[in-house]
Amino acid sequence: MAEVKLMKGNEALAEAAIRAGMQAYFGYPITPQSEVIEYLAVQEPKHDYVLIQAESELAAVNMLYGSGGAGARVMTTTSSPGFTLMQEGVSYMACAEIPCVLVNVVRGGPGLGTIQPSQGDYFQAVKGGGHGDYHVIVLGPNSVQEMVDHIFLAFELADKYLTPVMLLADGATGQMMEKVMMPQPIEYKPDKPWATTGKTADRERNILTSLYIQPEDMEQRNLKLQAKYKKILANEIRYEEYMTEDAEFIIVAFGLSSRIVKNVVLQGRKDGLKLGLFRPITLWPYPWDKIGKLAAEDRVKFFMSVEMNAGQMVEDVRLAVCGKKPVHFFGRMGGIVPTPEETYLAIKEKMG
Amino acid sequence: MKEGYELIYKKPATLTERRFSYCPGCFHSTIHKFMMEIVEEMGIQDKTVGVCPVGCSVFAYHYLDIDMQEAAHGRAAAVATGIKRVLPDRIVFSYQGDGDLAAIGTAETLHACNRGENFTFIFINNGIYGMTGGQMAPTTLDGQITSTSPYGRNVDTAGMPLKMAEIISTFDKVAYVERVSCNTPANARKAKRAIRKAIEYQMEGLGTTFIEVASNCPSNWKLTPEESLKWLEDRVFPYYPLRVFKDIKKLKKEE
Repeated sequence: MAEVKLMKGNEALAEAAIRAGMQAYFGYPITPQSEVIEYLAVQEPKHDYVLIQAESELAAVNMLYGSGGAGARVMTTTSSPGFTLMQEGVSYMACAEIPCVLVNVVRGGPGLGTIQPSQGDYFQAVKGGGHGDYHVIVLGPNSVQEMVDHIFLAFELADKYLTPVMLLADGATGQMMEKVMMPQPIEYKPDKPWATTGKTADRERNILTSLYIQPEDMEQRNLKLQAKYKKILANEIRYEEYMTEDAEFIIVAFGLSSRIVKNVVLQGRKDGLKLGLFRPITLWPYPWDKIGKLAAEDRVKFFMSVEMNAGQMVEDVRLAVCGKKPVHFFGRMGGIVPTPEETYLAIKEKMG
Repeated sequence: MKEGYELIYKKPATLTERRFSYCPGCFHSTIHKFMMEIVEEMGIQDKTVGVCPVGCSVFAYHYLDIDMQEAAHGRAAAVATGIKRVLPDRIVFSYQGDGDLAAIGTAETLHACNRGENFTFIFINNGIYGMTGGQMAPTTLDGQITSTSPYGRNVDTAGMPLKMAEIISTFDKVAYVERVSCNTPANARKAKRAIRKAIEYQMEGLGTTFIEVASNCPSNWKLTPEESLKWLEDRVFPYYPLRVFKDIKKLKKEE
């Protein structure tokens, strides 16, 4: 039964994964997301999912490859340094077309960095991360509710497109407690004739590989992947607009920073400034076209990207705006969450 | 069948029609054949899932007519763990070389064995990196010349060749460990028996099973296939003895 609960983001996403029919989880503890594996460990006796605390993120992501390839609905979660280690497996799964859900509860970097919230892994998430020409679908939840909703969506998209799907969250969204509507558990019935479950007499053997040693074959594989990405671009872009219909100054923000910007927009409106928030929900595929259309509106004076990093998504905003309007950036780094006051000030400075 | 002829040997139906890409004299072909004979004899083609490594046997799935997954270099044990845990009633094996299992994938290998993952390792140890052209492996012998140890392996800087069967046999949850070879018909038959035993132990759910094949690499050892067999006897077996290192059933009897 659907129920309203007060839950921490990390625990809510773990509960959501159980309810979405997750059959196996592999992970390695890392702050600020260790509550996921802890929650799953406590709940394990009540369910029949596989749970392994792996020896490393590298092992975890490859267990994901094996079990996802064997047809199970599978998930791993980690935080920034751990996700760097997982890039190997993500590239292989993208090429071998193995569906899985990945969660990166981002902390400040680079290097060992901090354990505080950050959006510094945007490039890594949306521009590939691992080697080769691939993308994963990237969702940017901005609340505990979306941690839950996006897990359900991520599993669906992974199965639909046979691809890894990622939640790019942040330390605050993982750690904070909010009211959440927890959906009813679904009964998951996998339909995966491609999975390596044992070759029966009625079919050819199933091979999952990312190796195509002849360049012509490898190009064909790439073309297949690119055709799939085109389909995803056409069908899966998601975003939220808040007071953009008459906005002169459009602030673009995703995840946690979008909630700060929402407050700033409200304050601006009180002060008679026509601010609006554009929030990409899918970070890949990115809503370039929609932002491009806004940029073409005469009333719009500028865009500003507000991020918890040195300016990463702003590059996609610039691509979308394509020189039609100025694109500014404001951000804090290293685990610092920008305050509404300093964000508002940064916007007003650009108004001149 | 021609009149007057009698069929006394054929390849198992569980091997595909594709020709092996392995060099003449290499044991990969022999071990592939044994494994698929076992799959055919036991009638487990529909229950068997294999994991290929990165190395000469990276294309094993071209030849073995079973469901297979190609793992990243060194990660076959983690991939096999993932498969076996969600399909516990299937027979799962990882097929790995020494660079894969004992260098880049040592952590995955040891932890899978320590957890007692109920799948079978087939470990082809030929003491050299074959596919990349004959570089030093974690199992290259003291003084052995390779393209990255051109003056012979210097154990003072490169360390000693790793004895994986010996190491793996120390794990409590490992059920069966044997080192075999295929240098003589008798040894080849023993190798097949060992693989079959490992699969049977796996089917009984006894824990990790680990078969190390003291293998050869005529091409990169720069020896003829026949000379490579002599090298095995003279140089490899004294350091890597052929024997059973652990058999959980025998241990239980002794208790």
